[in-house]
Amino acid sequence: MSTLHLDAEALYTDLLAGVRSLMKPDTVLVGIWSGGAWLAERLQRDLKLAVEHGVISSALHRDDFSSRGMTAAADHTKLPFDVDGSHIVLVDDVLYTGRTIRATLNELFDFGRPASVALAVLVDRGGRELPIHAAVSAARITLPSEQRLSLARDATGRFSFDIKGPN
Amino acid sequence: MLSRRNPQLNSHGELIHLLSIEGLPQAVLNQILDTAGSFLSVNDREVKKVPLLRGKSVFNLFFENSTRTRTTFEIAAKRLSADVINLDIARSSAAKGESLLDTIANLSAMHADMFVVRHSESGAPYLIAQHCAPHVHVVNAGDGRHAHPTQGLLDMYTIRHYKQDFTKLTVAIVGDIVHSRVARSDIHALTTLGVPEIRAVGPKTLVPSDIREMGVRVCHDMKEGISGADVIIMLRLQNERMSGAMLPSAGEFFKNYGLTPDKLALAKPDAIVMHPGPINRGVEIDSAVADGTHSVILPQVTFGIAVRMAVMSIIAGNNA
Repeated sequence: MSTLHLDAEALYTDLLAGVRSLMKPDTVLVGIWSGGAWLAERLQRDLKLAVEHGVISSALHRDDFSSRGMTAAADHTKLPFDVDGSHIVLVDDVLYTGRTIRATLNELFDFGRPASVALAVLVDRGGRELPIHAAVSAARITLPSEQRLSLARDATGRFSFDIKGPN
Repeated sequence: MLSRRNPQLNSHGELIHLLSIEGLPQAVLNQILDTAGSFLSVNDREVKKVPLLRGKSVFNLFFENSTRTRTTFEIAAKRLSADVINLDIARSSAAKGESLLDTIANLSAMHADMFVVRHSESGAPYLIAQHCAPHVHVVNAGDGRHAHPTQGLLDMYTIRHYKQDFTKLTVAIVGDIVHSRVARSDIHALTTLGVPEIRAVGPKTLVPSDIREMGVRVCHDMKEGISGADVIIMLRLQNERMSGAMLPSAGEFFKNYGLTPDKLALAKPDAIVMHPGPINRGVEIDSAVADGTHSVILPQVTFGIAVRMAVMSIIAGNNA
């Protein structure tokens, strides 16, 4: 796996095409803090959407709170639209166990009852522990469980992937 | 006796109890304030509840009465989805002669996960923290004259909210400082957060001279004390803790140290006026000031819930 090469910028182009196909006139993007929020911000620009995108954090609903504790400034959730009755596309960088998505859905429902929620991700790395699937994923890969994969963004706004852990 | 290691922190330096602001590093204070900021917005949600303490039991042990503090702790714990049990200890077991540690042992047998303790004896929450099971967390909700750390933290949250930067501020704490655990907690917190000038203002009988050792400037003249201040923290005159001739009369106190619009005019034009409540109108603060544009007394109450949520969720997430 040491030769794994993921071109985040190329994958973004595929994600953009996939998300475009999901969009209906009143669909709103919601990016999951932090990588997904960067993606949603850029998708918002590239798709020239009328309604401002939202940002959501799973921190207050995580199921590993008792073992990992509180992360400071946990709440980045900002949903600048009425969640009730809205059609939402959740955006994240990496889909893995599905636990973040479960927590995010709980967070979302604290603000109201959306009409529909779909999921779009840059990378689906398998390893699901919950019945959750992405409507759009720009890449499907397999990684050893010890490796951590996350999106990074440089000062110019270009995306790349961080891979941490043993190769 | 306290162990050399701060009993509030685990071996990783994480907060497991909140007993006093004294000795807490700046990073821990900032973590609490940042986390409180994120909880403030929970009040704006359709569902004003997050599940961080779901399945946990929080016991409010008030050996000394305080409806307001107990209520804000109760609201904070409930917004975190905890089960809250309020025990009016003053009127139950303790009155029957049960010792503090026996009370704690009994409540622990009821599977308590957190104790919120108010006690008239300084140090009672420390004693409980040292004798409870490792998974149990203790929050000091005011012990004797010693400390009231969540009040101190909510005061810091309030100051940061209105003034942003602590390192340029002049803060005047006015009134009955000798009896005030709030004053002590505020002074420790302000010092840790880098406030360059802290003034303790009041008559000689209520402002002990040893307070200078905490790095504050003592002012027995109110005008000197509040001139140029960015923040004025008024303290309640604690009649119930006073004995002997500490004060000539409430009227005289108001004349010399009560915060009136005239005296407030000596502070910075954008100064904020704080008070831990309950306020005694016409004793330490004039109604025109308490209800005026500089007053942030009611926002303090709102911030207090978010700060208590932050403290409880942080300590509950850290293991001994």
